Amino acid sequence: MQFDQLLQYTLSGLSTGAIYALIGIGFSIIYNATGIINFAQGEFVMLGGLLTLSSLELLKLPLWAAIPCSVAFSTLVGILFERLAIRPLKQPTPINLVIITIGGSILIRGLAMLVWGKDTHAIPPFSGDTPIAVGGATILPQHLWILAITVVIIIINKIYFYHTISGKAMRACAYNRRAAGLVGIDVRRMVLFSFIISSAMGAVAGIIVAPLTMTAYDVGVMLGLKGFCAAIIGGMSSGISTVIGGLILGVLESLGAGLISSGYKDAIAFIILLLILFIRPQGLFGKADSERV
Amino acid sequence: MLEVSGITQIFGGVTALNAVSFSIRKGDITGVIGPNGAGKTTLFNIITGIYTQTAGTVSLEGKDVTGLTPDKLARRAMVRTFQNIELFGAMTVLENVMVGMHTKSSSGLLACALKMPWSIAEERRIRAGALKWLEFTGILDLAEQTAGSLPFGKGRLLEIARALAVEPRIILMDEPAAGLNSQETLGLATLITRIRDLDITVVLVEHDMELVMDICDRIVVLNLGTKLAEGTPREIQESPEVIAAYLGDDD
Repeated sequence: MQFDQLLQYTLSGLSTGAIYALIGIGFSIIYNATGIINFAQGEFVMLGGLLTLSSLELLKLPLWAAIPCSVAFSTLVGILFERLAIRPLKQPTPINLVIITIGGSILIRGLAMLVWGKDTHAIPPFSGDTPIAVGGATILPQHLWILAITVVIIIINKIYFYHTISGKAMRACAYNRRAAGLVGIDVRRMVLFSFIISSAMGAVAGIIVAPLTMTAYDVGVMLGLKGFCAAIIGGMSSGISTVIGGLILGVLESLGAGLISSGYKDAIAFIILLLILFIRPQGLFGKADSERV
Repeated sequence: MLEVSGITQIFGGVTALNAVSFSIRKGDITGVIGPNGAGKTTLFNIITGIYTQTAGTVSLEGKDVTGLTPDKLARRAMVRTFQNIELFGAMTVLENVMVGMHTKSSSGLLACALKMPWSIAEERRIRAGALKWLEFTGILDLAEQTAGSLPFGKGRLLEIARALAVEPRIILMDEPAAGLNSQETLGLATLITRIRDLDITVVLVEHDMELVMDICDRIVVLNLGTKLAEGTPREIQESPEVIAAYLGDDD
């Protein structure tokens, strides 16, 4: 095994891992605000990619305009989903909500299949596809975009949650919903906010990864599960632990695929998921009740 | 200020409260007392929108607020504290109070996204306001500690500070002296009268009779879900019904 090869696997693993991290944070934000696992999270990743495609091809928008347009539409779907499927529930027990999100995910995926068909689609990379040499390995400009955009989003996220009053209110809901209501926080509005943020982040993840992996109506399933896995490793935190969770997952997957066999790529993710759930259900870095946001 | 009329609460076959009515005057400290199981906490939970009563109405400053959720009531300047303090354990003491000022903030999600710098400026203003409430309750030196690590007595003060940050006109406290030592209880008594001096109406459920008799302007006595008596501390102390309910009736 050569060092160059290891470096190559690690670098591409990091960029896939960044995608998992973004999706995982989307899971955590909704989980912390509502206590539910939103299994439709992956569908926003799919929508991000496919809506960008449509904005490019049907609306003839340039890429820089197609991306915000796609994020806005995906977010709108997120808002509708919360309004129509989550909020009207009379008895919002976690199990009901989880099943609703699974139903919502199947619905969104089905509609996407009708709109975009079953084909795999490609989105052009943001700035060409001339490989860049790093040490003995090469990476694509798109890998750098992924890493940079992920870092920016995580920083914005951090500023929102820790340095704005609205973000603090959202964290307050995560820690103690009852007390949050008592100090005048409209918890249901915060739930809506959490869906807005998560669907937007999911869409961004779907857009930045699409030039590398292509996109189709059903990419949300696997990406969603990998993102979920990252969130579990990170103990459902929407902070740095989920980012690290995503990166670990991405790198292990990439090394596993390269060194053992690419057939085991997905199996590796789920073995890690199961191990974490068996051995450290509070997450890799969590104390028994760690900070979750 | 606060008008409670005909509140009845039936849990299964048990009548926890039976047509309880009373009114609370603006600017008073009112104590709600009664033996265990009298329905005091149930009454509080109804007034503050945590339970929905079987019958009866609650009105706040002349407006019917029956059935409003706690966050709506907080926006109408009514807040409460809990017997088992409810804090945002993983946030700092300062952040807990800042969240209390959330209703005074105009920066929603969109505003945050569009004008991040402005939001941060507002956050600075709110931080200053929150520090003021920490100073008022005497826990300013703990501002940067995690709320979950506070000893119980300080946690209670923090809960009060956070409630005050909502800028209420009426505050309901459920057994504020429970779990406090005598020194802390004395401090609490002073704090409650200082809260009243801010022109905030105070209602408390309390078992510590000395505290109640010392600071309350009026007292409402509940027993087995009905109102037994209402009056000044002196009247209550001399009321034969109250004495019978507390000490047992010989007859």
